[in-house]
Amino acid sequence: MDLSYTPEEEDFRARLRDWLARVLPALPPKPSPDDWPGRRAYDLGWQRRLHDAGYADVHWDGTPSVRLIFLEETERAGAPYVGANFVGLLHAGPTIAAEGTADQRARWLPPILRGEEVWCQGFSEPGAGSDLAALRTRARRDGDAYVVTGSKIWTSHAEVADWCELLVRTDPGAPKHRGITWLALPMDAPGVTVRPLRTLAGSAEFAEVFLDEVRVPVANRVGDENDGWRVTMVTLSFERGTAFVGEVVACRRVLGELAVEARKNGRWDDSALRRRLGRLDAEFRALWRLTQWNVSAAEASGGVPGAGGSVFKLRYSHARQELYDAAAQVLGPDCLDLDRPWALERLSSLSYTIAAGTSQVQHSIIAERILGLPKGR
Amino acid sequence: MRFRLTDDQRALRDGLREALARRFDAAALRAAVCAAGVEGGTESEGTGRRGVGAGSSESGGGGAGGDGTVGSGTGGGGASGSASAGERAGVSGAGGERSGRAGAGGRPVRGAEADGGAAGTRRTAGSPRLDRALWRALGDLGFFALRMPEADGGVGLGLPEAVLLFEETGRALVPGPLVATHLAAGAVPGAATGATVVAAVDGGLVEWLGEADVVRGDPTGAVPLRSLDPLTPLHRVPAGRAAPDPVAVLLTAAEQLGTAGRVCELAAQHARAREQFGRPVGAFQAVAHLCAGILVRAETARAAVYAAAVTADPADIAAARILADEAAVRGARDCLQVHGGMGFTWESEVHLHLKRAWVRTQRAGGVTESEEALAAALSADSA
Ligand SMILES: Cc1cc2nc3c(=O)[nH]c(=O)nc-3n(C[C@H](O)[C@H](O)[C@H](O)COP(=O)(O)OP(=O)(O)OC[C@H]3O[C@@H](n4cnc5c(N)ncnc54)[C@H](O)[C@@H]3O)c2cc1C
Repeated sequence: MDLSYTPEEEDFRARLRDWLARVLPALPPKPSPDDWPGRRAYDLGWQRRLHDAGYADVHWDGTPSVRLIFLEETERAGAPYVGANFVGLLHAGPTIAAEGTADQRARWLPPILRGEEVWCQGFSEPGAGSDLAALRTRARRDGDAYVVTGSKIWTSHAEVADWCELLVRTDPGAPKHRGITWLALPMDAPGVTVRPLRTLAGSAEFAEVFLDEVRVPVANRVGDENDGWRVTMVTLSFERGTAFVGEVVACRRVLGELAVEARKNGRWDDSALRRRLGRLDAEFRALWRLTQWNVSAAEASGGVPGAGGSVFKLRYSHARQELYDAAAQVLGPDCLDLDRPWALERLSSLSYTIAAGTSQVQHSIIAERILGLPKGR
Repeated sequence: MRFRLTDDQRALRDGLREALARRFDAAALRAAVCAAGVEGGTESEGTGRRGVGAGSSESGGGGAGGDGTVGSGTGGGGASGSASAGERAGVSGAGGERSGRAGAGGRPVRGAEADGGAAGTRRTAGSPRLDRALWRALGDLGFFALRMPEADGGVGLGLPEAVLLFEETGRALVPGPLVATHLAAGAVPGAATGATVVAAVDGGLVEWLGEADVVRGDPTGAVPLRSLDPLTPLHRVPAGRAAPDPVAVLLTAAEQLGTAGRVCELAAQHARAREQFGRPVGAFQAVAHLCAGILVRAETARAAVYAAAVTADPADIAAARILADEAAVRGARDCLQVHGGMGFTWESEVHLHLKRAWVRTQRAGGVTESEEALAAALSADSA
């Protein structure tokens, strides 16, 4: 058991730190959450800088340890996270890299890495959430195109996306996991309508996407027809793998800030509050170690995050909610003021036990895949 | 970063797991509980002879061959040398041991040479006897001398290895003051080999006072409790609290981790096997999700405990303790729930895990102190 990094990895860390210290002060101010064009420009601009400095593909080509160092250091330094590039860098990109043809990789990957194109994820539907394989958006083959009709929901960043990784049903007669196909949908294609949905935090983070006889070239299909479920599973394991590493670092920073605030406003004298924060510190220390444990396991097994990702995702989602509940206790009545720090994050944290597979679904995954319990209903 | 077990560490852990499976399996555990329940009467001051002989005399010739060495592959020194065939054959267990012991009579608790005063005879009615042969076997396996330098006859390994071994004894519910004796190795003569059983006063309690040869700390005024855990005799001591030794905290957390892992297995096994409404109860989500929760807590605690063993940082150790206590206690409770009525019986081993986990939560300061310590560190770091 070794928690130290190799000299090469430490060297990577040192160079990255150095670079961050130079570029971050020159970064433009963060746009407001509702300024979508501004957010897109900001997030793509950051990716472009990473690209020009040689860090663009760290999520794909770096070893898990290097990826961990990258996420740890960028978060420590207060650098932007992937933002609108989330799906491109962490879902669609890795899927295309793993499953796409040479032509597809050449067409789609460089613009993602250079910060030129934004992707979104069109998986969930009104009738297919946890039961994703029940999706009904229909794709009919017509010559060299698929004609797609249906609707997607909860599509994050759809408003600013150029491309959508879209799951469609190509064989309605087959068992539900077998008739699904993975398509790259250009968001400006005729027949695509995006209707923003407001989240409980007030911003329009996700949208409904309506598809009406949209023609998608067959050349945009990644993987075989009706093999989309397998292709998708590749993507989901990325999502639950290292996607939250930076956030754990951020949560530990927030805890420190909460201690400072509590000392300032006198609530630190409340031993129940102190102990609650102490316990959360233990929790996030453990989650950081669990991340390192999972990364080491991924490194040993050739990079694919396993069911260990579900263990982390489940525990982390709840810890994050507990963190912001504790923040509310630190703030007292001020926790109701949305202009106070943490009040908005507390609202956003409510999505963590739902997005990317609900906590109930994660429990079932763990019970079935790790503990070998019979499949339940 | 290679935050996973090395082959040597795996071999070390598996070695002890196998040795315990032979020497202290579920049947032995049950026998030990039975023995504790039926044996009565305060022992009189005995002959003063060490009880080791009684244990080895019962060992037969079986179990030859095989390599019970826990330290195999790790360059362990002499102390890790051999679990003799006899020790391994001793599995016939605590039941046999009990009769041998009755014949051997009681032993006095010797005065604490190291730090404590004389304890006098503390064995009380109905309290369990320590399996001295098992203790010696652990000594032969290098369990107590693990972290002593090889030059001093130790195994020369570190905290990570110690944590792996304590996880195993925690898993198997091995009775006895394992942490206290391990910590006394090198300081109290005979502790390293398992010849001397060392108890320690800890936060107003002493485990195994009546069976110990040496007591560290001041047990003056010790009064026996009717212990909740049938396999951990307890005395209350008026002495004030000393600052807990972080290593004691960590090794206790490792034992808790062992319990957390074990109750996870027991719960999953039962959920797969027990049928109601025509299917295994594990097919019901309410049950499956309880089991998944046990696993999540155990695996999160594992990362925390192992990391704390690597860094030996007191804050990491405090965190490990908090996570491990929770994983063990809540895990054991949920495991009990998954077992239904069976879980409420004396017969099933589930209650033993919960009770031992509860005993361990009282050791070395307790979770409150760990929480306060981390809070203080938080505040200091960000000041
Ligand atoms: C902020 C946010 C962003 C999102 N972004 C995207 C995106 O970009 N692209 C995309 O495709 N999707 C996205 N999603 C959708 C997300 O993946 C789904 O919301 C999620 O999978 C749950 O599906 P659902 O909302 O239909 O809930 P349902 O599946 O209807 O679940 C309702 C309740 O029933 C429970 N439940 C359902 N099935 C079971 C079962 N088998 N066992 C036990 N309990 C069960 C659930 O746990 C939940 O409590 C996003 C969601 C959120 C909140």
